[in-house]
Amino acid sequence: MSTTQKMAGTALAVALAAVGLAACGSDSEEKPGAAGDAPKQKTVTLVTHDSFATSPAVLKAFEKESGYTVKVLKSGDAGAALNQEILTKGSPRGDVFFGVDNTLLSRALDHGIFTPYEAKGLAEVPEQYQLDKAQHRVTPVDSGDICVNYDKKYFADKKLAPPQTLDDLVKPAYKDLLVVENAATSSPGLGFLLATVGKYGDQGWETYWGKLKANGVEVVDGWEQAYNDRFSGSAGGKKAKGDRPLVVSYASSPPVEVLYAQPQPKEAPTGVATGTCFRQTEFAGLLDGAKNEAGGKALLDFLIGKKFQEDMPLTMFVNPVVKGAALPELFTKHGVVVDKPETVPADRIAENREQWVKAWTSLVLK
Amino acid sequence: MALPLVFFGLFFAYPVAAITGRGLKTGSGWQFGRIGEVLARPDIADVLWFTTWQALASTALTLLVALPGAYVFARFEFPGKQLLRAVVTVPFVLPTVVVGTAFLALVGRGGLLDELWGVRLDTTVWAILLAHVFFNYAVVVRTVGGLWAQLDPRQEEAARVLGAGRFAAWRRVTLPALGPAVAAAALMVFLFTFSSFGVVQILGGPAYATLEVEVYRQTAQLLDLPTAAVLTLVQFAAVGAILAVHARTVRRRESALRLVDPARTAHRVRGAGQRALLGGVLLTVFLLILLPIGVLVERSFDAAGGYGLDYYRALQDEGAGGGTFLVPPLEAIWNSLEYALAATAIALLIGGLAAAALTRRAGRLVRGFDALLMLPLGVSAVTVGFGFLITLDEPPLDLRTSWILVPLAQALVGVPFVVRTMLPVLRAVDGRLREAAAVLGASPLRAWREVDLPLVRRALLVAAGFAFAVSLGEFGATVFIARPDRPTLPVAVARLLGRAGELNYGQAMALSTILMLVCAVSLLVLDRLRPDRTSGEF
Repeated sequence: MSTTQKMAGTALAVALAAVGLAACGSDSEEKPGAAGDAPKQKTVTLVTHDSFATSPAVLKAFEKESGYTVKVLKSGDAGAALNQEILTKGSPRGDVFFGVDNTLLSRALDHGIFTPYEAKGLAEVPEQYQLDKAQHRVTPVDSGDICVNYDKKYFADKKLAPPQTLDDLVKPAYKDLLVVENAATSSPGLGFLLATVGKYGDQGWETYWGKLKANGVEVVDGWEQAYNDRFSGSAGGKKAKGDRPLVVSYASSPPVEVLYAQPQPKEAPTGVATGTCFRQTEFAGLLDGAKNEAGGKALLDFLIGKKFQEDMPLTMFVNPVVKGAALPELFTKHGVVVDKPETVPADRIAENREQWVKAWTSLVLK
Repeated sequence: MALPLVFFGLFFAYPVAAITGRGLKTGSGWQFGRIGEVLARPDIADVLWFTTWQALASTALTLLVALPGAYVFARFEFPGKQLLRAVVTVPFVLPTVVVGTAFLALVGRGGLLDELWGVRLDTTVWAILLAHVFFNYAVVVRTVGGLWAQLDPRQEEAARVLGAGRFAAWRRVTLPALGPAVAAAALMVFLFTFSSFGVVQILGGPAYATLEVEVYRQTAQLLDLPTAAVLTLVQFAAVGAILAVHARTVRRRESALRLVDPARTAHRVRGAGQRALLGGVLLTVFLLILLPIGVLVERSFDAAGGYGLDYYRALQDEGAGGGTFLVPPLEAIWNSLEYALAATAIALLIGGLAAAALTRRAGRLVRGFDALLMLPLGVSAVTVGFGFLITLDEPPLDLRTSWILVPLAQALVGVPFVVRTMLPVLRAVDGRLREAAAVLGASPLRAWREVDLPLVRRALLVAAGFAFAVSLGEFGATVFIARPDRPTLPVAVARLLGRAGELNYGQAMALSTILMLVCAVSLLVLDRLRPDRTSGEF
């Protein structure tokens, strides 16, 4: 028995030493080289969600210009990432958070996780995106549209016109064709629910979903299943023998299907029903309690700079918000411009989000 | 016992208690009223009921299907046995999203069953149950089979010589000896299926939800910490109850056994009955495990221009995945291996010490400790992950952005496997051997090395295999922590699947295939580690 204890003692010492070393290791990474001679923090940490992406060259350009090294920390999907920031308020893991959208913006602002900072170059961002214009706690970075996508081949073979609007989706011609995501667990799912709220209003959206249900809408839990498994127009869906030619995805999904195909087809295999869209805007902000405020500010400036803005379309498949940022040809050729997306004011979403989702769940799932 | 206690206190009990406390405590004090409120909700009651019965059904079905497999793998010699035993463990490391699509290809619309007989199981509870058997087959085969292979067949033979029928001899001699291992396997399968997340979501559709799904939704999506806290407590209570039942039934049955070298108990297949049994097991393994795996492998080669290595080649490209990785996805293999090795080492150290302590001591306190070690299997990853965030945030333990957090979190799930695999074997070691060694002048350490170690070495390797596989496939905790320049394989697969496009989908399939290969090869190597010279000691 005493041996066990002795062994345990030794092992504990070793383990604690290891943990201690690891902790020191991570500390020294963040601290400036030696005390005194390097007053400036060298690392700036960007906390974000899983969908964040950027070309390595673009990050390197920032590092060269600013002298900071960027550390990216991804922490789950958009909702989970934001909630982690709220929980660690005051003692954040990084300096800048990117990835709160207009459906969750008020939650972030109510919890006060951001320090105001007016990023350089904000004048180049149209006012419609600046949802916190008075205080500049967040900076708009990109926007995108959640829309119904259709399988071009299916509708061509059936000699049927693909649906264009939300009203079309409840028509008998499109019975049993649409697959959507669970509004309670998926952000495109929630976006599509909000599109119907925007279009039909507080009273009307439930009636609309009743019709959609009667018309055979299928609900799955996440985008991956809806798009890769059930949707007949995507690469994954074709292999998985998906039989739903309509799916809730993004306006930028068709260009992605072209970009990631070998060889690239002349025309995207999927299209977008432009009358079914909900507009999302994503924001970034300087975290309250950031260790490297100066670096964080520089990073925010960079996020709405031309270089990063023009890189986004082909890495994150979203639209730049800065005026005059050039879109790649792939995007203009295969993507669509959504003229009149549905919108719901951020404060209304904040007030009603949970109640809508609850009502939706009992109406559609039960 | 001190080290495991500190480990669990620091990396499990404290974070979970903190996040639960945050949910239940408001400015005005504790809000225990919330517990009654949440429990009274009919939708929560539904979730609890479904969670429990599907876990019970899954466990029963898994035992039914896998026990013959455990016997066959323990007692028969046949070509390819080693390889097959490694392969049945592969499902363990697969991301559920990937497995979900493979299962749908077999049992879903337009799937194999549909084409052959017009049977569709998707969005039924059958798909969930089958997938659970797929995932947990190895738990039974390895934990029960590990002990079974070391049981001395001569005891059963002796009973038969004394006039017992074949079945009676098995029931009276072998079954009681196996009891603890079967119970341990059942317990683990139950805990796994009780906290099932991805399988239920994907194969059951949004109509089915387990407690785990609900906790995730409340914590990660809604930030409704009070409700999440109540649900976590409910999960604790349920898991605690199961552990109590387990402890009661198993305690009485564990006894010292005569353990022998597995190489001496296995034999070639003799007679029609044994041949039929072997055939049946192989067929089950083929239909249930190899077929879904095969679907994934097939898709990884199914490139646009015909079958080929296109997707594998794309994995070496830094630009693959459009900048989500900052490194070629292929580098994820090394990250995964490094993390898994570190996690296995931690799990073996902590679990080994805990198992040793549990063998030597008895009493209520120790039993409570035993239960504590099992709890991580039944508690949601998001609770632990969010707990880490609010507790490990101050020096010297600001580990939130440190790499060590990944293996630590993975080890939490690995430790229960180490403990449960080693305990039945450790307890089966005849204490008199140890005493004899002590009488002959051996120090306790020497007695342990000469008596226990040779007997438990096999269990240790089985345990290491599990801890390794669990760490390799762990996703829930890793996804919160892994940095984009150091993704693990499951994280990389998930990121590729999160984007549209044929190349991304194909690469996800190719990376999954590599993940399976890495797992199978590692387990084969681990199985080979058993040095031959020990067999001379028996």
